[in-house]
Order: sequence, then C-alpha cells, then structure tokens
Amino acid sequence: MGRKVPELNSTSTADIAFLLLVFFLTTTTMNVDSGLFRRLPPYNEDNTEAPKVAKRNILQVLVNRNNQLLVNDELADINSLKDRTKEFILNKSDDADMPAKEAKEIPLFGPVEVSKGLVSLQSDRQTSYETYVAVQDQLTAAFREMRDEKALEKWGKRYEELDDEQRSAVDKYIPMSISEAEPKNVKKK
Amino acid sequence: MGKFNKNEKREVPKMSTSSLPDIVFMLLFFFMAVTTMREVTIMVENTLPEARETIKLEKKTLVSNIYVGKPGRQHQMVWGSEPILQLNDRFARVGDLGSFVETEREARPEEDRNSIINNLKVDRNVTMGVVTDIKQELRKANSLLVNYGSRKKL
Repeated sequence: MGRKVPELNSTSTADIAFLLLVFFLTTTTMNVDSGLFRRLPPYNEDNTEAPKVAKRNILQVLVNRNNQLLVNDELADINSLKDRTKEFILNKSDDADMPAKEAKEIPLFGPVEVSKGLVSLQSDRQTSYETYVAVQDQLTAAFREMRDEKALEKWGKRYEELDDEQRSAVDKYIPMSISEAEPKNVKKK
Repeated sequence: MGKFNKNEKREVPKMSTSSLPDIVFMLLFFFMAVTTMREVTIMVENTLPEARETIKLEKKTLVSNIYVGKPGRQHQMVWGSEPILQLNDRFARVGDLGSFVETEREARPEEDRNSIINNLKVDRNVTMGVVTDIKQELRKANSLLVNYGSRKKL
C-alpha cells in the first residue's frame, strides 16, 4: 500500500526566517572597536621627578585651551606635526639642536644609531578631546611612517607585513617615544 | 501538421518560492557571523572623534568599555549636562573607576587580567580635563592599556 505522505507546507519558513533576521539586525552591531592604542606609564605615588632628558632631545608639544598647538615654542598647525616629528626624531642633518643618537646593537639590523628623541605632549584641561586625538593621530602616523621606511629599506616590506621578530627589531630601532607629561592643572576653571 | 491552438487560455507558471527560506537563512547566518551583540544602551552623547591611524581591537573579550560624554537629553534633568562616565548600564563619577577596574578584572580568567584594554569611548566635545582624570585613575588602578576610541577617517 503506497500511501502518499502529505507534504509539509513550508511557505511560512520564509516568514519565520525573516523574523529571526530582523531580530538579529536590530539587536546586534556591526562595528568593530577601533582607536589609537597606548600604554600608560605606571603610577608612582610620590610623583618623583621625571628622569632628566637633555633639552635637545625633547620635542615639546603643547595644546592650549583654544586648541592651538605650540611645538617647541612656535605656533604650529596640526597637519604639519607629522612631518615635524619625523624630521625631529630622525635628525638626518645631525643638527646640534635636534636629538642625539646612540649607537646600539639591534638584532637583524646590526649596529645602528638610535635616536634619543622624545615627544613630550601636554594638554590643557580645556583642550577638546577631538584635538587631542588629532594630535595623537599625527604622532602615531609619524612613528608608523618612520618604521615603514626602515622596514622598506631592510626587507622591502611595510611594517605591517613583517613577522614578529622583524617587528620587534624595528620597534627597537624606532621606539614609540611619546611621553605625556603629568597633567598640570593649568588655570583650572 | 501540428496544431497550434491559439485560443487556449495560457497561464504564467507560478514562480517557485521554495528556495526563499534558504536565501533568507543565508542572510541570517551572515549577519549572525559578522555582528556582535549590543551589550549596553549608551546613555551619554557619544560621537567618537576621527583618526587615520586607528587599529582594530581584535580580542573582544579583553575590551572593557568606558563611555564618556554629556548625559543624553532624557537624563539631563537628573544628571546635569556636564560630561559624565557611563560604566556598563550606570552613570558613574571618575572616583568609581577603581572599583570598576577591579570588577572587570575579576570577571576575566586569571591569565587575561593583565591584558585588559580600557576602551575610552569619549565624545569629541568633551574636554581633556575629564580624560586626564580618567587616565590618572586608571594608572592608580594599575590598568595601563588604553585605547582612545575613534572612528577611521578615510
């Protein structure tokens, strides 16, 4: 007796699936968190004096409450900060006012001269966060480009494409030396 | 010779919709795979600033979010219009950060505790004063990895 099994009506599966789809569309988000990654210096209670660094090694960046930039006592535009930083840290012309270099032995690179340059960033309490991020962005870009240059010279690849060992070598060659001064409560309102 | 019956009523064949559920399910799985659950409702104004050199935070489990901004309009009666922190689903002051960091630490397995990334989602109009205070608090709590949340500028 070949009795036919009645077929299940499946017209509504589409509706059910749509319902689920809409539910997931509304409750989930697509965006991956992104941003500028930094490691803060550890806190020390007694607020000891920062290690003395020779003046020529410091690129001082001040951002005031009107979101203006002062780079080594000169007014500057945010967009010029990247090139300024690169020029300063690398000190290609061995200028006496720009950072000293230190001979170091770095794995994969061999003996090289590492710049002792340091960017010191200080902002006012009234500086807008947007400006601060723009400044940080420029500084990150400067260091990233310098690392890219070194990586291209040595391996013909960009920093991103290197393996971990090569990366840490480049990191030693161009250390990410951005220091944020302890906040000064400049004219707290 | 064949007969061509022109008078017969012709019908458009019905389109088969049996594959429609499959298509929709495919879409569903796609969205389930690429999206993540929204964990909190954001109660503060939160437009992130833009930056070019952003990196993506790959490990979601290590990220702990700190939202900062003016309270949303419906909360301003109670909380005022000064920038305020939002930790999970509550408004908080800078002083509450220490205990927040501690609970975030305890919620994670032992080996992850030192690599928690504090994702600062700060509104672009907030001034640095609040942000500096937060950073000081985080340093005191010895949770030193920080991400300045910003959108990718193209």
